[in-house]
Amino acid sequence: MSTGNMNLTLRIWRQNSGKEQGQLVTYPVKDISPDMSFLEMFDVLNEQLVSKNENPIVFDHDCREGICGMCSMVINGRPHGPKSGITTCQLHMRSFKEGDTIVVEPWRAQAFPVIKDLTVDRSGFERIMAKGGFVSVNTGTAQDANCIPIPKDDADASFNAAACIGCGACVAACKNASAMLFVSAKVSQFALLPQGKIEAVARVKNMVAQMDDEGFGSCTNTGACEAECPKGISLENIARMNREYFVANIKQ
Amino acid sequence: MSKLDSKIPEGAIEQKWSKYKSSAALVNPSNKRNLEIIVVGSGLAGASAAASLAELGYKVKVFCFQDSARRAHSIAAQGGINAAKNYQNDGDSIYRLFYDTVKGGDYRAREGNVYRLAEVSNNIIDQCVAQGVPLAREYGGMLSNRSFGGTQVQRTFYASGQTGQQLLLGAYSALQRQIGLGTVDMFTRHEMLEVVKIDDKARGIIARDLVTGKLERHFGHAVLLCTGGYGNVFYLSTNAMGCNATAAWKAHKKGAFFGNPCFTQIHPTCIPVSGDHQSKLTLMSESLRNDGRIWVPKKQNDTRKGNEIPEEERDYYLERRYPAFGNLVPRDVASRAAKERCDEGYGVGTSKMAVFLDFKAAIERFGKVQAKKSNIENPTEAQLKEFGKQVVEEKYGNLFSMYEQITGENPYVVPMRIYPAVHYTMGGLWVDYNLMTTVQGLYCLGEANFSDHGANRLGASALMQGLADGYFVIPYTIGSYLAKEIAVKAIPTTHEAFVAAENEVQSQIDKLFAIKGTKSVDHFHKKLGKIMWEKCGMARNEKGLTEAIQEIRVLRDEFWKDLRVTGKQNEMNPELEKASRVSDFLELGELMCMDALNRSESCGGHFRIESQTPDGEALRKDEEFSYVSAWEYKGNNTYEMHKEDLVFDVVHPSSRSYK
Repeated sequence: MSTGNMNLTLRIWRQNSGKEQGQLVTYPVKDISPDMSFLEMFDVLNEQLVSKNENPIVFDHDCREGICGMCSMVINGRPHGPKSGITTCQLHMRSFKEGDTIVVEPWRAQAFPVIKDLTVDRSGFERIMAKGGFVSVNTGTAQDANCIPIPKDDADASFNAAACIGCGACVAACKNASAMLFVSAKVSQFALLPQGKIEAVARVKNMVAQMDDEGFGSCTNTGACEAECPKGISLENIARMNREYFVANIKQ
Repeated sequence: MSKLDSKIPEGAIEQKWSKYKSSAALVNPSNKRNLEIIVVGSGLAGASAAASLAELGYKVKVFCFQDSARRAHSIAAQGGINAAKNYQNDGDSIYRLFYDTVKGGDYRAREGNVYRLAEVSNNIIDQCVAQGVPLAREYGGMLSNRSFGGTQVQRTFYASGQTGQQLLLGAYSALQRQIGLGTVDMFTRHEMLEVVKIDDKARGIIARDLVTGKLERHFGHAVLLCTGGYGNVFYLSTNAMGCNATAAWKAHKKGAFFGNPCFTQIHPTCIPVSGDHQSKLTLMSESLRNDGRIWVPKKQNDTRKGNEIPEEERDYYLERRYPAFGNLVPRDVASRAAKERCDEGYGVGTSKMAVFLDFKAAIERFGKVQAKKSNIENPTEAQLKEFGKQVVEEKYGNLFSMYEQITGENPYVVPMRIYPAVHYTMGGLWVDYNLMTTVQGLYCLGEANFSDHGANRLGASALMQGLADGYFVIPYTIGSYLAKEIAVKAIPTTHEAFVAAENEVQSQIDKLFAIKGTKSVDHFHKKLGKIMWEKCGMARNEKGLTEAIQEIRVLRDEFWKDLRVTGKQNEMNPELEKASRVSDFLELGELMCMDALNRSESCGGHFRIESQTPDGEALRKDEEFSYVSAWEYKGNNTYEMHKEDLVFDVVHPSSRSYK
């Protein structure tokens, strides 16, 4: 119920638009409660900026419970901040200490151009999805759901890949700004299920081709993507996609 | 009253929908290519509708305010989706799902609609599995089910605690496929700000590009609003930050009646408020009530930690009051029971506004089963705990870690603290059986409409309704309307109606910037939320509601005198977006209070203190209030109420008992 007592220094990336130069700007914040979420701390700061008639910091956020994939901040050099397995909106101020200086930047990748401040354009992911991230089944054509028995382990593995929230932390973490973890998670979800097998060849080829067209970098297996993924999407997916891609090229 | 025709087909309830489908007008494929449909919102209802309509051959445009259709708040639904598959052989049927839903809604929903919902529920599961949605399975490869509040069968399909995410990604995939095929134009980071009407028919929208700030005009032969609920009128809710009522409210002011605005669902199991900085509340899935037990200390103002209070000093008040349903009573009942205990001084935690949700018994029970499975004869206490914890972790792991992340407490050791929070709005735009509002050609789907849940929604029914509307209802019902529109050529957006609508939006934006006051948007939003929560929340009475209406009017005046919107229009400007949304909430909030004031009965989530049984249960007044209140906007914040009488041919309203 009380406000807290943490005093912090924030260094935040401000950039008016994609066409203009950006810079880190320093903002002190006071009386931060350890029970606040990181984004609630931004709310406090923005409220202060509004009261001074300055433009608040623009950042993407929506569900604030770690599932929509909208929030996207690089905090002290790490996508989604210092804790593993969570998104920016799930990070709480108890993870920081009184007097800390915190540097906040947008996702950095050529394929994710900055729109404003901490907001970037991730529409490349959408275009990759439109090339094959689906099973081509029209509404109304499906048979009874239990006509396709699926081994629990396969269903679970497929679910684990499908848990990707499309936030783009994998791209932001990668020194090559590669989107392999994102694309491979979608390819894997379907590759592991009988429903996805029919279009497997076209799917992997088309999605990978679009990924390259978008300007995402190559994968050099550093594993930074897996380490920073808030949903624990595994590198195994990349191996699986490489296998799918190899097979697809032999088949066609 | 003649203004409301629900258009429920004649005939026996089991045959209404199939008869409708076989007699509805059709549009031939070559005409479909020339018909344009606008879909606003890309959650379960919007994405499924857009994909299905595009598959049929219509030209579709989809708008969402997020940067991707996949981010709509359907994504956050945790628990599951109901369907009457009866895969568990436990006596489920379409009729039972229909019956439970009508009863769960406290007899304030339309029978015809609910029956159709139950009927198509099975198709939804089939469709999702065919799309590759990885629903939970048993070792034999078949789909798994669990039970949910308000029912006694296991009919809920799920994907861990991320069912909404997986179903939305299924619908989103179908939508992306159509985008790739060129049949859908997707407009992300766009917000609809006005409906365009020509000759009394909806013919398009005005939308603002949230990146450039420019206003755009878009034509459609029909417009579908799939824009979700208005829970954020309370400021604190389980909704996403961006959830808003603007599209529905603009449509309301253009002639669409608003149905049952006061019907709000307060979800019993949310993480309690931790301070004034709080920006939103997080739900803990209702599925936790399957295995968790809810209790408070028997002693008032007990400050001990939950795990330090011995068994005999605990009051499992739901099991005590409702032995038949226990912890699985419907949401409205569970929420009020928690409020009652806290109001009486038995609440826990620093705020004293919380109750415990405890997995101790479940961990012990699972531990014993697991030990048996592993052939361990005399397991130690520690072994049992470890086994039990593993099972709980597999079932609810993501929810437990979410809880720990937010509160800093380990729920495997200390019982969770929970408290009710605003979660869902059963009210919404009034629609007929076709899902058409009172404006011709303007449809409303999913949570945004009022139709299927009556006064209280049962768990795992929101996903079902959103997808039913989008995949299986609108593709049929829209044909009845568009079959008559095939001669209408696309109307150029230079038409005077588009110009006028854009000018209206522009002047509203100018007005917001012109105030140049001193207070932020959030300042007003928080104040509105406080009024709504205190006086139009879990318990309402005449005095409070009358006061709330006055207070909201005063607050609205202050808003228009003292609001500060920073920045400019022609740039990405979240403050402007919020200001526009809050200006609508400030009007909708008043209407909610008016509706709650009018309905002087208790039903479902709407609890009027004046109307309760001697033991504190909700007291319905069927003779007086067995109707849908549908409000018509009359200009200048005045409204006229119309009634759609509810007729129950099949399920006869009785007092809802979960004892």
